[in-house]
Amino acid sequence: MSQETILQLSTAILFLPLLGFLLLIFFNKRLPRQGDWLETGLLFLSLILAVAVFAAKLGGYHDEVLQTKFTWVDWGNVPGIGPLKLELGIMVDNLAAIMMLVVTIVSSLVHLFSIGYMHGDVRYGRYFAYLGIFTFSMLGIVLTNNFFMMYVFWELVGLSSYLLIGHWFEKKSASDAAKKAFVVNRVGDIGMFTGIMILFANFHTFTFDDIFGAIQSGAIPFGSEPWLTVAGILIFAGAVGKSAQFPLHVWLPDAMEGPTPVSALIHAATMVAAGVYLVARTFAMMTADALIFIAYIGAFTALISATIAIAQNDIKKVLAYSTVSQLGYMVMGLGVGAYTAGFFHLTTHAMFKAGLFLGSGSVIHAMHHALHHAGDHHTDPQDIRYMGGLKSKMPVTFWTFLIYTLAISGVPFTSGFLSKDEILAGTLAFSSLQGHVLIPLIAFFVAGLTAFYMFRLVIIVFLGEHRDAHRINEIHESPWTMTVPLIIFALLSFFAFYSLNPFGAASGWFYEAIKRPLSVVPGSVAAPSTSLFDEALHHSHTTAMVLSLTVAGLGILIAFATYYWKKIDADHVAERFKWLHTALSNKWYVDEVYEFVFVGGTKGLARLYAWFDNRVIDGLVNGTASWTRAITLGTRQNWEEGNLGAVLYMVVGGAISIYVGWLVGAALMPLDPTPGQMIWNGLLGIGTAGLTFFLFYVGVGGFDNKIVDGLVNATAYVAGFIGLLTRRVQTGKVQTYLAFVILGVMIFYLYFH
Amino acid sequence: MDLYAVVFYAFAFITLAAGAIVVFSRNIVHAAFALLFAFFGVAGLYVLLMADFLAITQLLIYVGGILVLVLFGVMLTSNTIDVQMKTSTIQTFPAVLIVAALAGTLIGIFWSTDWKTTTDPPIQATAPKIGEMMLTSYLLPFEIASVVLLVALVGAAMIARREKKA
Amino acid sequence: MMQDFTQWLQQPGLSHFLIVSGLLFSFGMFAVLTRRNAIMVLMGIELILNSANINFLAFSRYTTGTLDGHLVAIFVIILAAAEAAIALAIVLNIYQNFNTVNVDELNHLRD
Repeated sequence: MSQETILQLSTAILFLPLLGFLLLIFFNKRLPRQGDWLETGLLFLSLILAVAVFAAKLGGYHDEVLQTKFTWVDWGNVPGIGPLKLELGIMVDNLAAIMMLVVTIVSSLVHLFSIGYMHGDVRYGRYFAYLGIFTFSMLGIVLTNNFFMMYVFWELVGLSSYLLIGHWFEKKSASDAAKKAFVVNRVGDIGMFTGIMILFANFHTFTFDDIFGAIQSGAIPFGSEPWLTVAGILIFAGAVGKSAQFPLHVWLPDAMEGPTPVSALIHAATMVAAGVYLVARTFAMMTADALIFIAYIGAFTALISATIAIAQNDIKKVLAYSTVSQLGYMVMGLGVGAYTAGFFHLTTHAMFKAGLFLGSGSVIHAMHHALHHAGDHHTDPQDIRYMGGLKSKMPVTFWTFLIYTLAISGVPFTSGFLSKDEILAGTLAFSSLQGHVLIPLIAFFVAGLTAFYMFRLVIIVFLGEHRDAHRINEIHESPWTMTVPLIIFALLSFFAFYSLNPFGAASGWFYEAIKRPLSVVPGSVAAPSTSLFDEALHHSHTTAMVLSLTVAGLGILIAFATYYWKKIDADHVAERFKWLHTALSNKWYVDEVYEFVFVGGTKGLARLYAWFDNRVIDGLVNGTASWTRAITLGTRQNWEEGNLGAVLYMVVGGAISIYVGWLVGAALMPLDPTPGQMIWNGLLGIGTAGLTFFLFYVGVGGFDNKIVDGLVNATAYVAGFIGLLTRRVQTGKVQTYLAFVILGVMIFYLYFH
Repeated sequence: MDLYAVVFYAFAFITLAAGAIVVFSRNIVHAAFALLFAFFGVAGLYVLLMADFLAITQLLIYVGGILVLVLFGVMLTSNTIDVQMKTSTIQTFPAVLIVAALAGTLIGIFWSTDWKTTTDPPIQATAPKIGEMMLTSYLLPFEIASVVLLVALVGAAMIARREKKA
Repeated sequence: MMQDFTQWLQQPGLSHFLIVSGLLFSFGMFAVLTRRNAIMVLMGIELILNSANINFLAFSRYTTGTLDGHLVAIFVIILAAAEAAIALAIVLNIYQNFNTVNVDELNHLRD
């Protein structure tokens, strides 16, 4: 397969889901079965092409970067900026080829699963259309070779996640969750936008290669290295939003309001992976400081969400926090410099996490069915406390779920063991090179926590006795469209697909294909080089493996002791550490803090503005109005009474005041005034005039009180007259406006003639 | 004064006189028929510009198509034959000023600019060339135009269709 | 001077056509600006389009020597046909709904 063919096929992979979206969004009512077969078929076609591209790329052009681009807009030589043009293009390197395969595998299987899961939904066809555009946007992020398209597709992912999370928008919680996801993501996107703009302002290009090349040749944003760090961190802010890192992780658990297959898609392949992918793409331009920042954010995210997951009772919430935690792992892996390990974990995690979500979907589907059958509409079908003993009724779901759990816990012979082990070794190597002992500590602690809460989930849901003996008889295994994806994902959770050596990923094809890119940042701010890091990694490898097996085994053991053999009383422990348990079940109160600080703060600010508007501004306006009104009425009365003397007095007084004001203003004006002085002295003059006039007004008391009106009335009349004149321009008739257009064109001609 | 000039002035006169009638006539039916002559005059000017194909197209589409459409519009939207046939004008005076200024500006531009003219002999038979260009360098606009026409056809039928009273 | 002008008059060239088209344009614009009847406005637009076509063809004949101007003129005619059809359909629809075709009475969106 030639390079052109690979690029053309990649483009086809990108646009096939979009084609499905366009067809389905317009014609889903006209198509048989609302077009689910069409979208699913297109996705499987994409998958086949992705496999072909993957094989051809890694087989034939292993170390080359295939790229094609064209100039979309050329502004030429822009004054003050220099040559400026906008290039669009796609790039297929090993990273993109692997990611493309992951996205299409997960997405196509989620499509297949959805046929069973969403059966009979009110907006069945539209749901599939949205899945299509979601996949399209994600593939766009994967294939792009520049920040511009990256940002466009980034926002498209945001939009499609909004549409899918809010699929059941009749439910208030679902529409709220959709809005929350959208708004929280926007916060991160602003950071990313600013970061991109910093780069664009300095390098006048959006293309990755050109930017990296410019940095490598010594051009740094605004000539200072901290700016490079800032740009890196700001771009990472986009990843913080999309990949649900602390402090923007709050949208992801709420996004569980969407249909479960959507959760699988969001959590495994599309949205959250985008953030990690972005960091991987821009890894070369990250300075050491930026990477340490990234590592800490990742570690912190992994820690808090793993702790929260322990205390959750909703099956999907547990998985959601587990995703956040694993994403923190990946980001931490990238941050410490274990580039390949971080991306490897993204790939393996995509498989078993998609499987976990689809498995939970299968369980919820069965529970829902059973509850519905029993006429019970109060029990939450997602609450694990109502489950138990499902193993015998749903064998396929159970065994596959168990495999995923083993993988995420890092048990040997699974894919999760390989990738997690590499990240842990990376953190150890990192701290041996640069200090920061906290990071490996957190990493190992979280590894234990993960094993614990995942086995807690499996034991409570599938093992033991069911709460309601009658209900369990109604629970059945899901149809084949749902179980086939489960089995496929379970297979993909084994080590053999990634490396033939079950205890070391480094010898597998993945490590051959994905190499840590050379840093382009100046040596003084760069992270320790790849060779140095690999050396340290080599030393820490065995330690990491032993330690990770120990903590994982410990976590699993405690889970069994607590929930299966009941040696440890979970309620008792919760009672002992009540404050901790409360904090955990309330997700460390992050949402509440945001509610208080941001929502409350905004509302408070709005109240302050409202007060200022009502009291100060309105007060000024109303005061002026009543003052004017008093004078006007007075003058009019004098006028009507024929009290011409009073009228005359006020007119003369007004004239004198203006003269005095002018004198003062002119006297104070320096010879060569700046604009500020002019305004200031003008105001002073006006103020003096007003004061003089006030003296006249007051001094004469009742007598002339009235008169001033002559002036005011005249002003009002003139204002009214001007208003009338200008109002005639605004006729609301197109023809009048057209006449002004013609006039304008002629004036332009005469001016430039 | 050769024949070319005579014919040119004749067609220019027909065009402008008919155009003036279109604009200044108060009777809309008169205006519509004057438009016929204006189009005809323009077609004549096209011939003088060695645009034979365009001239025929002008007659076919404008006179045969658009004008008939306009007449249909006139007939269908006029209540009674006599009274409503008169159309009133608005803001005539400022419009006269503006348009006079516009005409002055345009003629001034046309008159004063030193156009870079070519002395090449004009292309004689334009139709084959036009056909060739339409299917080569202007293929995309040509296809888009066909879609536009189709959409206009369907859209016009949709819009003008009388709603069924429920 | 006078002789130059007579000379100019006797040999119709580019600027003659342009001036005719300029006048036609002004007539059309006048109709668009002053008429209340939507169909009259439409006729004005047709005049404007025709004047533009004269310009295209005149420049095509006298300056470039190619047929690009002809092609553009054809597309203008095509679009004019489409525009006339749609505009008249809209006028008919408006007439059915409001019983008037006077553009300055159609201000339902304004209020």
